[in-house]
Amino acid sequence: MSANLLEVESLGKRFGGFIALDGIDLAVAAGERVGLIGPNGSGKSTLVNCLCGALGNYTGAVRFDGRNIGGLSAHQRTRLGMARSFQLPRPFASMTVADNIRVPLVYAVAARSGVHMTNEQIVTRSAEMLALVGLADKARQFPRDLTQVEMRKLELARAMAAEPKLLIADEAMAGLSHSEVEDIVALLIRLNQRGITVILIEHIMRAVMTFSQRLVVLVSGKKIADGKPDEVIRNQEVERAYLGQ
Amino acid sequence: MFSPELAVNALIAGLLLGGFYAAVTIGISISFGILDIVNIAHPAFIILGSYIAYILNAQLGIDPIIAAIIALPAFYVLGAAIYQVYHVAFEMRGREALSGLAFFFGLLFITEVLLILVFGVDYRYVQASYVDQSINIGFINLPKRMLIPCLISILMFIALQLFLSRTFIGRAIMAVAQDQLALRLMAASPTRIKRIAFAISIATASLAGAFLIIIQPVEPSVGREYIGRVFAICVLGGLGSLPGTIIAAMLLGIAESFTSTFYGPSWAPAVSFGILLLTLAFRPAGLLGR
Amino acid sequence: MRSGIFFLVAVVVAAIVFGCALAINNDYVFFAGYTVLQFIVLATAWNILGGYTGYVNFGSAAFFALGAYSSVFMHKFYPMPIPVLIVIAAVISGLVGLGMGYLTLRLRGAFFAIATLALAVVLQTLIVNWNYVGGSRGAYVVRPATVAFLGNYVHYLFLLMLGLAVIALTVARTIEHSSLGYGFATIRDDELAAEASGVPTLRLKLIATTISGALMGMAGAPFPYYIGYLQPSSAFGLEYAVNSIAMPIIGGTATWLGPLIGAIVLGSLQQYITVTISSSVNVLIVGLLLVIFVVIAPNGIVGLVQSILRRRRYERKPA
Repeated sequence: MSANLLEVESLGKRFGGFIALDGIDLAVAAGERVGLIGPNGSGKSTLVNCLCGALGNYTGAVRFDGRNIGGLSAHQRTRLGMARSFQLPRPFASMTVADNIRVPLVYAVAARSGVHMTNEQIVTRSAEMLALVGLADKARQFPRDLTQVEMRKLELARAMAAEPKLLIADEAMAGLSHSEVEDIVALLIRLNQRGITVILIEHIMRAVMTFSQRLVVLVSGKKIADGKPDEVIRNQEVERAYLGQ
Repeated sequence: MFSPELAVNALIAGLLLGGFYAAVTIGISISFGILDIVNIAHPAFIILGSYIAYILNAQLGIDPIIAAIIALPAFYVLGAAIYQVYHVAFEMRGREALSGLAFFFGLLFITEVLLILVFGVDYRYVQASYVDQSINIGFINLPKRMLIPCLISILMFIALQLFLSRTFIGRAIMAVAQDQLALRLMAASPTRIKRIAFAISIATASLAGAFLIIIQPVEPSVGREYIGRVFAICVLGGLGSLPGTIIAAMLLGIAESFTSTFYGPSWAPAVSFGILLLTLAFRPAGLLGR
Repeated sequence: MRSGIFFLVAVVVAAIVFGCALAINNDYVFFAGYTVLQFIVLATAWNILGGYTGYVNFGSAAFFALGAYSSVFMHKFYPMPIPVLIVIAAVISGLVGLGMGYLTLRLRGAFFAIATLALAVVLQTLIVNWNYVGGSRGAYVVRPATVAFLGNYVHYLFLLMLGLAVIALTVARTIEHSSLGYGFATIRDDELAAEASGVPTLRLKLIATTISGALMGMAGAPFPYYIGYLQPSSAFGLEYAVNSIAMPIIGGTATWLGPLIGAIVLGSLQQYITVTISSSVNVLIVGLLLVIFVVIAPNGIVGLVQSILRRRRYERKPA
């Protein structure tokens, strides 16, 4: 057992001849806020997909909460306490906003051993989640009626409803306005204060710098920097490979 | 009874059959393999091609292959029209999965039943000088009704492969599957490119239909036997790969030829489906897939 | 409404239907009614997989024939009452559904659809070459003229199919209102997001194919006794494959009501057309309706009615 919630050891992933991830080592402590940046195509989303089990057949090891999770499918990892939001929101289009939140409550939370939830508890919990992200008044609407920022909030609320220990937010703010970005950053920090470890994958530097306690940089499938945000940002290699572009 | 002569003849018959299967499959390789449009009605359009070759042959005495070439433009237009409906009704609404499949399923039966209503369920065949002839080399028997479709089919493959790899529209078709944004930046409309590609896929059914009716007498429901074959070949060959398609077609042809030579023709239809199921279960990327 | 209450209501409706049929006292009503009821079961079964999870099964005829031929086999091997045969058929076709799903459901939806097309031909080839169940010539299944309590054997078959329809509809509606149905809908909407929310998608899809296959097999089990002489071409008939897809889609795939309405409307229409015109025209009309509905009204009759009601309500409200 180690104190780290997530431990990634020389993780590699190839698509045919293309090496998307090359020997990534990463450790995230419980309660930490980590920012993950890198240029387009640097392997950020591939890393997320490998961690969450959406992509299989990777090399190396991923340990979560002291347990090797290699070979577990995506839903099993969600049940263990690893939740994600998608880069492009993927709501369940035929369901109301409230029902969208209900899915992880029924299938992730209530499926954990020793947990039993009555229907009333599920309804209450789903209302709490929507209130937390500020969508309480949209509960009965359908995803198609939401704005971009509301859709992102729904995406986060659905991830949060699974009661994760680790939340991986994959570009939760792309395409949002200045104030909307601040809105989401504040929300993520609020979630972190509730004890949830958060990995934020983001392009918007202002958001990453406000949010992160630690910054990890990926370039062409390799980790090139990992440390305090201001130090990483001054790192010459990072500047050259990423910010200098 | 196993004998080397029988085995060699079965092998050659299989290769010739495979050449024909390649022509039957190429349309699906384009529509399903490249464009991701699951056109399960394709075999019905092939039978339509057979009947058009039959009419032109019976009424005007035109050679079935020439007849198919005459009908090519009409098939192209039909394909373009079908794609237009498909695009507006399903692609734009994002309902390809369920409704799009049901659409082609409906087209399959409409075509088949219309042919039954017009021509009845009697078997039809064509007249051509080469239908009954064969070339004999030693104990090897090469029936011309198999040889000619096989050769023209290979020519058609080479032509399409050159078109896809050498021309602007051909390259755009190959690109449309991968990156629609890049295509838009090249000032090519993905919809137009897909329409052209789908129209070509349906046009190949005209020739494949003529081959079919040269090889065997045709009645409207024969097409259903080919649904499994074409998808088995397409998947086995690796989606969208023309060289893969031709190799897979030859393999299936040989497998079927051996099955009907040594176990009886009534078992042949199960071969392709067996191969399809095994491929899907163990190697869904196909033979040449990564 | 709880499932138990729904079941009771369905039984009462079924009893009324049976009473009306007895009152008309015409054997044709029972023959035609049997076919319509059989389509209700098939359409409902198809919809549990196709409508709820979005996976298209083109091989309904294969599952139906599997049920029919398991009865033929048992009839020769060790004759048993039809209700037992129905259970046997359910087990066999359910297992085949599970196997099919296991082989193909990890792949894209289109592969599953194609594989189900394949299954129909593989099974038909096996049956054609299997002489014990009649091979390509077919098999006679002599139907007793009478049965205990009811007397008329056709009435008995009709009653059995009525019972199966009640079971199928109750199963479908129970699923719809349970967390299972909820999970099915997430698969239809977005499988990746479903997995990320903890939904065990593969397991749910396997449950759907198994239930759907089992119900189709149950619909086929009494068929040899109904038709008397079973040939591969009638058990694997076109009309089963086409109708079990067309009926839910034309009725509406979102709820249990759609397949029921689709089967009653299309089934009755076809009984009428078969009597007056021909069976080819029959398939043609179903095919045309299918294409027209998927293009113009993809939510089926139920969806059309719903949108008209919604518009009315909207107009009634002061702006």
